[in-house]
Amino acid sequence: MLCLILGGSAVLGWMRGVNPIRQVIVESFQGPSTLHPFGTDQYGRDVLARTTYGLRVSLLVGVSGVLLGTVAGGILGVIAGFRLGKTDQVIMRVTDALMSFPLLILGLMVMAALGSGVLKLMVAIAVSVTPRFVRIARAQTLVVREREYIQACRALGQSDLRIMSEHVLPNVAGPVVVMGSLWTATAIRIEASLSFIGLSVRPPTPSLGGMVREGFDHLADAPWLAVFPGLALLLMVFAFNLIGDGLRDWTDPRVRRG
Amino acid sequence: MKYVLRRILLGIPTVLIVLTVVFVVARVLSGDPALAVLGESASAEALAALRRQLGLDRPLLVQYVDFIWGTLRGNFGTSLVSGAPVVSTILNAFPYTLQLTFAGVAVGSLLGIPLGVMAAVRRNGALDYFLRTVSLTGLSVPAFYSALLLLLLFAVQFPLFRVIGDPSGLSFWGQARALVLPALNLGIIMTGFIARATRAAVLDVLGEDYVRTATAKGLRPAVVLFRHALRNALIPVVTVIGLYTGELMGSSVLTEVVFNRPGLGKLIVGAMNQRDYNLLQTLIALFAMLIVLANLLTDLAYGLIDPRVRYE
Repeated sequence: MLCLILGGSAVLGWMRGVNPIRQVIVESFQGPSTLHPFGTDQYGRDVLARTTYGLRVSLLVGVSGVLLGTVAGGILGVIAGFRLGKTDQVIMRVTDALMSFPLLILGLMVMAALGSGVLKLMVAIAVSVTPRFVRIARAQTLVVREREYIQACRALGQSDLRIMSEHVLPNVAGPVVVMGSLWTATAIRIEASLSFIGLSVRPPTPSLGGMVREGFDHLADAPWLAVFPGLALLLMVFAFNLIGDGLRDWTDPRVRRG
Repeated sequence: MKYVLRRILLGIPTVLIVLTVVFVVARVLSGDPALAVLGESASAEALAALRRQLGLDRPLLVQYVDFIWGTLRGNFGTSLVSGAPVVSTILNAFPYTLQLTFAGVAVGSLLGIPLGVMAAVRRNGALDYFLRTVSLTGLSVPAFYSALLLLLLFAVQFPLFRVIGDPSGLSFWGQARALVLPALNLGIIMTGFIARATRAAVLDVLGEDYVRTATAKGLRPAVVLFRHALRNALIPVVTVIGLYTGELMGSSVLTEVVFNRPGLGKLIVGAMNQRDYNLLQTLIALFAMLIVLANLLTDLAYGLIDPRVRYE
């Protein structure tokens, strides 16, 4: 599995390396060639350049969205698991309610309510993802809080806040991080789906999902318009899934080594 | 029985919160439905009149109470755009989505379960790695991209399957043909999930003591597999299908958009673009309810199969 992680990272690294290229408006509507390895689109823009820029956008949105969700979910989960009682009930009811929505639909709702834009997209993803992290963090907290050193801290009179931040959080972080990498893959996929529907960044900023959507109209005569961005998307999601899988297998004590 | 009741009772406040969230979101939607219906050039009086007619000028609280009360009685209002009752619009679209979902899960299971079993049996062999890669790809690909690739592939051999079209009004076989590509699309994605889950479940079961006993008794591997291992392995697989219902819904929305099927997916995208509050909030609420239902069924299935769960 380790070599799979390495493979995934390599793919990602390569993609990140090619990233900072902006699209330049030229002319014509050409197929893949040596000058334009991915061809050009209906406005003459180089598809390769737009794809790499779109990759950067997707990466940015996906990773920060999930990061945001992880932090928010983690904090909420720890509070819920530690405090229990009414606080816990309230947080869990809302979390359960939010988890009832399919990820895509949830993102759809948030984007529809907020309008388009990178920042709002990040919020949408964060909101969609947070409930799941609340669950995980809370479960972990429930386990950790019974340990002796926590009891000791309380006997010493440390405030709840201190206990939570200094002791509980670091122990909860493990599984949360692993889930984080897995969810990043899904987040990127959702961002692409959202932009396919038309809810993401505004044109002319390229986004992979949006490019696929535009390319869709020209599928018969210019398939490269849609195929390449989509492929880039697929590879990126795949890479993140690989990394997440590898991380999970690595930290899972049940996995039989060798 | 108490387990069932308890689960259902726990669901009620969740449902209420879901409905509230849906209502809030639908109202917060950037955009005024009156504007969307009448267009930019409409006069201020016309807009105001339409808003009054649609009940949009009443205080929010009144609208909210109306919504909840209406939902309880089964009255979901009329579409702000088409004027048709929301319920019938949804009912018209529902069968297509149902067809697609069932077909997708069927394809996914038919492909995924055997693949998962094979991968588990030959653990870490070449076949295993190959299958794991394939299933990972299946669940990594965004539903619209795989749909696109399928379209591209079969656009070359065009006459084989109806590419894009409205299957309503077609004969049974016509509808079946229209279902093939979209179901395949959904199926590929589900295969990814199901194969992975099956593999994990079978691996778990194969390590159990009773399996070792069976092999030690001298039973042939095939018999051990089918009679003892598989039965128990399939349980978590079924629950996995329940778990990924949300994923299934999202992917079917995308699939329907690409293949232009008149199902719930297309309906919801359309409702969103047109700011059709009534239709939109009901649709979203429906999706959420379906997931709550799926979770409930999954919990129940767990309770049925594993008696230990019932007494917690």
